[in-house]
Amino acid sequence: MSRIQHLAVNDEGFVFDPTTGESFTVNSTGLFILNKLKEGLTETEIEKQLTETFDEVPEELQRDMSDFLQQLKSMGIV
Amino acid sequence: MKYEKPVITKLQSGMMNKFGSSPLYARKIRTEIDSVPIAELVGKFGSPLYVFSEQKLRNRYRELYGLFQNRYPQVTFGWSYKTNYLQAICAVLHQEGAIAEVVSEMEYDKARKLGIPGNQIIFNGPHKSMPALEKAAKEGAKINIDHMDEIFDLEKVSDKLKKKIKAGMRLNMDTGIHPQWSRFGFNLESGQALDAVKRMAGAGKIVLNGLHCHIGTYILEPDAYAVEVEKMVQFANEVEEQFGFNIEYIDIGGGLPSQSKLKGTYLPPEVAIPSLDSYAEKITDALYRNLKPGDFPELILENGRAIVDEAGSMITTLFASKRLPDGRRAYITDAGVNNLFTSFWYKFNIEVDRELSGLNEPSIIYGPLCMNIDVIDEGSLLPPLERGTRLIISPIGAYNNTQWMQFIEYRPNVVLISENGTVDLIRVSESLEDIERNERLPGRLIIEVKKPEKND
Repeated sequence: MSRIQHLAVNDEGFVFDPTTGESFTVNSTGLFILNKLKEGLTETEIEKQLTETFDEVPEELQRDMSDFLQQLKSMGIV
Repeated sequence: MKYEKPVITKLQSGMMNKFGSSPLYARKIRTEIDSVPIAELVGKFGSPLYVFSEQKLRNRYRELYGLFQNRYPQVTFGWSYKTNYLQAICAVLHQEGAIAEVVSEMEYDKARKLGIPGNQIIFNGPHKSMPALEKAAKEGAKINIDHMDEIFDLEKVSDKLKKKIKAGMRLNMDTGIHPQWSRFGFNLESGQALDAVKRMAGAGKIVLNGLHCHIGTYILEPDAYAVEVEKMVQFANEVEEQFGFNIEYIDIGGGLPSQSKLKGTYLPPEVAIPSLDSYAEKITDALYRNLKPGDFPELILENGRAIVDEAGSMITTLFASKRLPDGRRAYITDAGVNNLFTSFWYKFNIEVDRELSGLNEPSIIYGPLCMNIDVIDEGSLLPPLERGTRLIISPIGAYNNTQWMQFIEYRPNVVLISENGTVDLIRVSESLEDIERNERLPGRLIIEVKKPEKND
């Protein structure tokens, strides 16, 4: 199981990693993506669901997604 | 649900959480400068754009001048040209009553061209060429002698003009602060200054009539000025008694701080920087304690930064963003260290032109140069910024329009917002013609453009 599956994530956007003891905060969009990643959805699937769920999703959604994933990588989460 | 750029931030346990969702930056919004909308300024004059507020400039001058005028009968401000010698800025300050303080022949010529008579110019600086000295002496400028060679030079000018020349001398001294600026003028404690006066008195060609000292820049200790004034007045008394010179002015230089934040300081400037009132109090108190009764020499201050810094802002546009390998977000803007030279030592106040949502995250702001040193801000907590967001950077009025570099990019427009809200272009952005005007390409190096060969 990857690290992301172990994360404890609450609805407020508080994220705790029991393996390392690290904690994070994540905003609502980030929380949505994180939960979808945990469910095993692909990037394209998540983007599609984001567009359906959120208002005024900007054109640069793909850019924002890739930036967020890079951030998760730099933190060792994915 | 409203979309926000997705952000995740690591929490630091065991320490104050700097990376929380403080709305601090969300509140740092600025949509106008002196009631002129940012969008209008950029729409008309482009980005990046230097914006000066005439109202702030005048108010600051009046406020600072008032602090001294209320305490001492004869006060003159010399506008420090090197801080910002854009004509419009100098003209505003001359209108307010400042004389010119210049440190080179170029600055001297600028002041003269602007219409300032020689006797309204203080001529400082360690490099005054013979022609410059002669011109200044002829025109009655307040020349402050920096070194022994300048004494010899000025004596030669005196011979040539067949007249005695009135001049001041520059002193350096220990005022209890570090670093002690010792490279300008004659040292007081070692007796060098007195030796120089002896030389002038002996030759009889220079009439010493003023003392000048500049103890440093961005001085955060008002007491240092009190020590400076005390030592200068005591030296003036000594010189008057021993050599019969009459010291007409005490020029205590500049160095008063602006409300800008030096890098590496923790406290905000409102807390770290003593009030300008406390400087005025210390300076005038030291004068009254040491002057002979009834003797009120002209007090000259050469303020630059303290007057102009906060009157200037830079509007820059966010051109791109990227994620650094260490997780920090990086932004690239269209103004860099070429435009904002003082970013090397100041941490600027950065505001944005729109409401932003999202968690703050550590961000770094780069300029547009293809150079590793081009960093405007090494680390601020900013919410995710959209491409095209305007950042308003301040205070930048001091030194950036004189130390700016023509490097890689064209220098942009500079505008001045008048007191009634009209916006004047006071320096036009550069073109390739401006940059290459003084270049000469030897004929043998001209590249011939070959015409494409015809096939048939």
